[in-house]
Amino acid sequence: MQRLRVRYAKRGRLRFTSHRDISRAVERAVRRAGIPVAYSAGFSPHPKISYAGAAPTGVASEAEYLEIGVTTPCDPEQVRFGLDESLPPGLDVLDVVEAGPGGLADRLEVSDWEVRLPGADRELAEVAAEKFLAAGTVEVERLTKKGMRRFDAREAVLGLTVSEGTDRTAAQVHGQPCVILRMVVRHMTPAVRPDDVLTGLRLVADFAPPVPPEVTRLAQGPLDARTGALADPLDLDRDNTRGGEAGPASEHVAG
Amino acid sequence: MPVESIFHRLEALLPKVQKPIQYVGGELNSTVKDWDSADVRWALMYPDAYEVGLPNQGVAILYEILNELPATLAERTYAVWPDLEALMRAEGVPQFTVDAHRPVRAFDVLGVSFSTELGYTNLLTALDLAGIPLEAVRRGEDDPIVIAGGHAAFNPEPIADFIDAAVLGDGEQISIAITEVIREWKAEGRPGGRDELLMRLAESGGVYVPKFYDVDYHPDGRIKRVAPNRAEVPWRVHKHTVMDLDEWPYPKKPLVPLAETVHERFSVEIFRGCTRGCRFCQAGMITRPVRERSITTIGAMVENGVKESGFNEVGLLSLSSADHSEIGDIAKGLADRYEGTNTSLSLPSTRVDAFNIDLANEFSRNGRRSGLTFAPEGGSERMRKVINKMVTEEDLIRTVTTAYSQGWRQVKLYFMCGLPTETDEDVLGIADLAKKVIKAGREATGSRDIRCTVSIGGFVPKPHTPFQWAGQADHETVDRRLKALRDALRGDKEYGRAIGYRYHDGKPSIVEGLLSRGDRRVGAVIRAVWEDGGRFDGWSEHFSYERWMAAAEKAGVDVDWYTTREREENEVLPWDHLDAGLDREWLWQDWQEAISGGEVEDCRWTPCYDCGVCPTMGTEIQIGPTGRKLLPLTVV
Ligand code: B12
Ligand code: SF4
Repeated sequence: MQRLRVRYAKRGRLRFTSHRDISRAVERAVRRAGIPVAYSAGFSPHPKISYAGAAPTGVASEAEYLEIGVTTPCDPEQVRFGLDESLPPGLDVLDVVEAGPGGLADRLEVSDWEVRLPGADRELAEVAAEKFLAAGTVEVERLTKKGMRRFDAREAVLGLTVSEGTDRTAAQVHGQPCVILRMVVRHMTPAVRPDDVLTGLRLVADFAPPVPPEVTRLAQGPLDARTGALADPLDLDRDNTRGGEAGPASEHVAG
Repeated sequence: MPVESIFHRLEALLPKVQKPIQYVGGELNSTVKDWDSADVRWALMYPDAYEVGLPNQGVAILYEILNELPATLAERTYAVWPDLEALMRAEGVPQFTVDAHRPVRAFDVLGVSFSTELGYTNLLTALDLAGIPLEAVRRGEDDPIVIAGGHAAFNPEPIADFIDAAVLGDGEQISIAITEVIREWKAEGRPGGRDELLMRLAESGGVYVPKFYDVDYHPDGRIKRVAPNRAEVPWRVHKHTVMDLDEWPYPKKPLVPLAETVHERFSVEIFRGCTRGCRFCQAGMITRPVRERSITTIGAMVENGVKESGFNEVGLLSLSSADHSEIGDIAKGLADRYEGTNTSLSLPSTRVDAFNIDLANEFSRNGRRSGLTFAPEGGSERMRKVINKMVTEEDLIRTVTTAYSQGWRQVKLYFMCGLPTETDEDVLGIADLAKKVIKAGREATGSRDIRCTVSIGGFVPKPHTPFQWAGQADHETVDRRLKALRDALRGDKEYGRAIGYRYHDGKPSIVEGLLSRGDRRVGAVIRAVWEDGGRFDGWSEHFSYERWMAAAEKAGVDVDWYTTREREENEVLPWDHLDAGLDREWLWQDWQEAISGGEVEDCRWTPCYDCGVCPTMGTEIQIGPTGRKLLPLTVV
């Protein structure tokens, strides 16, 4: 069975889709696009589509990942086009590759988040970020499905910077000036999410944005040990498929 | 002047509400048109939550048909939950459409689809949030014309104060006609304002405008007369009937929601109307005569709908789907076509006969035989004669046993409580029936692994049915019988564990009864309930019987008078000036037959018995067989 790895974005108003909404939409789009998806056996067969760590409801993303098992080999570019056409605008398919060896989820070590804070004060944000980074641990609380949990939001944060831009919500022609936070956060359990970091900023420096933040995941993937940069998690698959033509895959992966 | 989207204002509220996705639109196959490209603009509302409203076919069909018209646009709006309502009020965000997030007040028409009366309070919320005056007479030139449609619009009197107009029956053609009247009037420079537009609509006899009719009352509260107060307006307003459903194969582009909804499937209406003549069933009475879609059109609609939507379930919809003249070939044809594609087929049918099981077997060919539903509706043979549901006990037991023998493990039986002439014994008869069903099932299968669920609802007398004169059972009686039935089922050692029991208490039915057979004076109750915070009355967690009773008292409305009181033959009923085609004398006669246990046949298979519909409406029965078959699909 061929497996295809898909990078997709959830943008604009469709950032309000929940994970379940997306999985229903993808299942339908797969059928509409005529992709020969494989099904599980049994009385109520399920299409073989798996998702890697979905961004929360209300959070936009440029880098969500899923994997589809198909019964007959497909051209990744055709799948990208067909699936994108069949999904509503705002759920956009950006990249499709044939899966190489190794799990995809394991490669998604870190996320790069952008958090726009319309109407927030930049200086206060900078002070808060400094204090946050200087702290050893910042304990925050969040209501999870299992009840209120308390955990450290500091350790997972590898980078936190403050800049300025405009908010680009919806149909406004001219955006309002806003503060932009960039956070590079390591995936851990329990997951530290951008709102946990915001809670942390409030705790260390009483920094509280006036309106709900607009959060976008810009990328997720493995952290390059040498450069410290975020790498494209599908590169390994691409290397591998190309490698399949040129020579033993293992050399390329190792290289 | 382009109308601006309110989305950016809404967007700031969405992170604070439950299931924000329901408010953002963007569904596959939804349509957004340039505001200025249209000169007639409809906002279509289903007055319930998005998850219930989106799958509604009525709205979906009108949405598509209107958007296909040149220079016409249609968008959809749904009831917002109280959490968002509170935020919208605080921030001054108006009721909006989900397509382009335009304010509802900017549209020419607000068309509201009422399949149930329980959406009335939600209409008031929407009007109020939209900034449209609740009372129609206080609306100005900038307010949309508010038109009610759907089954409840066959007696719109309780909401007469809040709507400008109502349309009875099928909406396909009349919505186009209304659009053209509005277009012409606007092109002429809106002569005579809102009043003249309503007059032009009313004159045709196809649109009911309540304010052009006066209602006089007798001192004892009964209606004396309903009469037009303008010379040009006809005495009676008629329902609309689409003939030849093959010419109207909608939906062609099914809306595919992102949010989870109550019906996640592509549905095709395989016919409209039903002449089985169940006396409690308003839907059957007001949608006569039967008009089938042909097997070939159904096949083409299913093929197209599945392709356009990506749904993996197809529903064949109608009031009694097993009655289509070619249902066997349709079932086999579709089951063949979709075999091995993980597309499941469903047929909501509750007919009590072996053929129905054959169909269910066909549809469950590659799935599990989980549950089958039958609707005897009445617990005793006498009761079933009263409601004209001609099923004998033998039929039922034979049918259910056949189902068990063929591998179905779970059978659901639907009943009603509070039917005219009903006694405690009639309801307790349900327990006997259920036990016999299990007993026969165990004998036939040699297994104890079979179950039966009794599901029972309160009967509400509805306008335009033979029971429109009946006194509704009070909720104490209904509750007492439901409890007695529960005890009879649960207390049984031998069978009790194999029988499930589902029921609701009788109070909501009383409110439904008040709204179903109410007149204009009931409007004050609806308003008072709404002002007191009443919303989403179809949802048990929001519904409050006490609130309704308090509001009725405040408005000086005697609930019993509207519900439990039996009407006399000559009493003017609030909907008598609204014509569903049914001959009043025939209805009365059928009511008398009901009391004496007389039965009526189905006019599809026996001669016409003059219910009045066909000659009055200029319609006729349209059924097959066409003799055609579904060919296999080449793709998939
Ligand atoms: C699918 C279905 C459901 C689904 C989906 C409901 C939905 N949102 O659509 C579910 C399971 C959720 C459901 C629930 C209920 N349902 Co239901 N449901 C049906 C069913 C089987 C099909 C409805 C349908 O799509 N019809 C086809 C469309 C095209 O018809 P339509 O909506 O009437 O629209 C046409 C016209 O009325 C008109 N029109 C409609 N709106 C407007 C508006 C304007 C402005 C204009 C001009 C015209 C217009 O134009 C349309 C095209 O011709 C019908 C039976 C049937 N075959 O009709 C029962 C039916 C409508 N349901 C019924 C009932 C009682 C209920 C419940 C109250 C049950 C309960 N006790 O909980 C709830 C109410 C839910 C709610 N809050 O709305 C009854 C209504 C009783 C009556 N008045 O006769 C029916 C008739 C079944 C019956 N025989 O008793 N239901
Ligand atoms: S008029 Fe006659 S044929 Fe037409 S629906 Fe009534 S009984 Fe049937």
